[in-house]
Amino acid sequence: MPSFVNPEKCDGCKALDKTACMYICPNDLMVLNKDTMKATNQEPEMCWECYSCVKICPQQAIDVRGYADFVPMGGSVVPLRSSDSIMWTIKFRNGMVKRFKFPVRTTPEGKAEPAGGFVADPELESLALFTEPQSLRLPKVWTKS
Amino acid sequence: MTNYETVTVETDLLILGGGMAACGAAVEASHWAKKHGIKITLVDKAAMDRSGAVGMGLSAINQYVGLHEGKNTVDDYVQYVRNDLMGIARDDLVANIARHVDGTVHLFEKWGLPLWKDEKGDYVHEGRWQLMISGESYKPIVAEAAKTALGKENIYERVFIVGPIMDGDRIAGAVGFSVRENKFYVFKAKAILLTLGGAVHVFKPRSMGEGMGRAWYPPWNAGSSTYFTLKAGAELTGQEIRFVPVRFKDAYGPVGAWFLLFKSRATNAFGGEYMVERKPELEKWGAYGKVKPIPANLRNYLGMLDENEGKGPIYMRTEEAIQKIATAAGDEKAAKKKLKELEAEAWEDFLDMTISQALLWASNNVEPEKTSSEIGPTEPYFIGSHSGGSGAWVSGPKDLAPPEYFWGYENMSTVKGLFMAGDASGANPHKFSSGSCTEGRLAGKSAIRFLLNEKPAAPKVDGADIEKMKETIFQPLKLYEETKGKTTDPSVNPNYIVPKMFMLRLQKIMDEYAGGVSMRFTTTEPLLKRGLELLALLKEDQAKLGAKNVHELMRAWENTHRMYQAEAHVRAILFRQETRWPGYYFRADKPTMDEANWKVFVNVKIDPKTEQWELKKIPIKSTFA
Repeated sequence: MPSFVNPEKCDGCKALDKTACMYICPNDLMVLNKDTMKATNQEPEMCWECYSCVKICPQQAIDVRGYADFVPMGGSVVPLRSSDSIMWTIKFRNGMVKRFKFPVRTTPEGKAEPAGGFVADPELESLALFTEPQSLRLPKVWTKS
Repeated sequence: MTNYETVTVETDLLILGGGMAACGAAVEASHWAKKHGIKITLVDKAAMDRSGAVGMGLSAINQYVGLHEGKNTVDDYVQYVRNDLMGIARDDLVANIARHVDGTVHLFEKWGLPLWKDEKGDYVHEGRWQLMISGESYKPIVAEAAKTALGKENIYERVFIVGPIMDGDRIAGAVGFSVRENKFYVFKAKAILLTLGGAVHVFKPRSMGEGMGRAWYPPWNAGSSTYFTLKAGAELTGQEIRFVPVRFKDAYGPVGAWFLLFKSRATNAFGGEYMVERKPELEKWGAYGKVKPIPANLRNYLGMLDENEGKGPIYMRTEEAIQKIATAAGDEKAAKKKLKELEAEAWEDFLDMTISQALLWASNNVEPEKTSSEIGPTEPYFIGSHSGGSGAWVSGPKDLAPPEYFWGYENMSTVKGLFMAGDASGANPHKFSSGSCTEGRLAGKSAIRFLLNEKPAAPKVDGADIEKMKETIFQPLKLYEETKGKTTDPSVNPNYIVPKMFMLRLQKIMDEYAGGVSMRFTTTEPLLKRGLELLALLKEDQAKLGAKNVHELMRAWENTHRMYQAEAHVRAILFRQETRWPGYYFRADKPTMDEANWKVFVNVKIDPKTEQWELKKIPIKSTFA
């Protein structure tokens, strides 16, 4: 199946207020079995392989095995996401390994302020959105002359 | 059966959806709402951090006009979009987004999105309108701003919206259910902003096993915008304009960086370039065959002609493109350094937005600097934000819209109080992530203006109607529960159809009668009419959907939404007596473009009570020459 859970690592997020993978999956695929306290992808053929569950799992218990109907076996792509960057480890079928690191954001988590520091106070009936014209870096909103 | 508690939420502005358009709406509308004491509520079927089409991330922002740089004008963007859609786009709507989109991108940067910069500190353009980003966290960053603006007490996550509540001809709210708790939700609202995405899995996908999930656009786009719009009695437009992107084969990784940034060529199995060899074919498509860039559907079509003639596979010549750029960097040392940079950029392009494609490369031992990779057309999708045109018919802005396209509040549909943005809003394509967020902002501000100027009274909602809706919505659970014991295998039971089989039946009809992948995107009037007969039977069987739990109940309703999207499409391509987008679909019985009769919008609606379909032509009025 596309995303799969390692039962040795998954603890069902028992110490947290919610099961992380179940919380984040955009397609409602991850489900916690309350008896075993292990999560499962309940509908692998509806998995987009967006890796949201892989990235969020606090135990690093989730991995992705490529779609069996077109991906040859043996490769893997594993992310390790921090608050400002992501490290990818790519293992080829032939054993070659490549690593890449990319930034993910330039501000501390929780600091995305809606107005972005742009101070504007346009009228409701004007053409301007609430951060304009400052956010446009133009003196005014364009209109057809 | 389990008791589902009815929870009623009353609000002023209800934002349905949690993607880029919804987040833009939340940020903008919250500002104006705070000033005027207006209540906003947002409902998302998933979690805002990763919901919508941008959840996985993106490697580029595809709409940045750069007005302050002085290189492009609003008019330039409108011309580009209109030509790409073979003349069928609303100038006023496209221009409205184009004049505001840069400001939204500048906000993204302030919020923390890493945009690539060159040595001078300027944005790195992928193409004329595209900026490169390190966009793994694009959606969580935008969602963070939206959530801060709204306040978490105004956000309902994991609530699936089934359909609208009406009060006569005005919108009154929406009904749905939680996929986490045993709750039925009734949202009563004075205005609604609909942003429930596009539609995937209406047509049979190329991969039918596990790989079914690997649609190019995410599978959680289930046609919910279309269903909601139709059931509210509002008009849709562009329902014939499906989108079929050409992407790296099977995992559908992006080709934009390869074509635009790395200037790669695509060649057939014999080394021929369809874009060069098939140039004369463009003559058949009027003015649109002569424009630069060549419309996306025509580029597709030229490649498809090669495939149909047995010249496939088609390859993206990644190795050639990379080597060429590296060599141009200078001596051996400089070339080596450049090669390393390009390798990282190539992998980031996939890792930021289509991780499956990186996994597919690794699993096939593909190093892009050494080996070409196959490309080809995906299956069809419905998406108003990319190079497609489907969505609701909405009012334009006062200063740009011709009188025929203006009814008081920009982005309001033909139903009072029902606003649209993102994939839910039609005839204004090429807005992508940044433009969808911008359109959400425009629609959000417009909805607030509507509330303040019109001062609508609280909607009247009939309790008996709500009870009836509740019964209908939960019917699949009831039917399953009552009849599952009649066979030894609950998945095979003559009393109900399970959501997955219902979806596969829909996909097979669309594939074989409406020009899907198996038919090489070709259809005819007799095929479409037969398809409608089969869709009518499917619609009858919709009442026999069975669901074993609330997750399947959501699938049951998603697939009902897909079915309405399918019928709107079949009726629209049957109505349009020509072939206008040959790389998206081909009417074999009407193989040419007819500018004299069909350079028009096609609008579709149903009477929500009788379900009678109505289709009509709407003349195209240009704001720009």
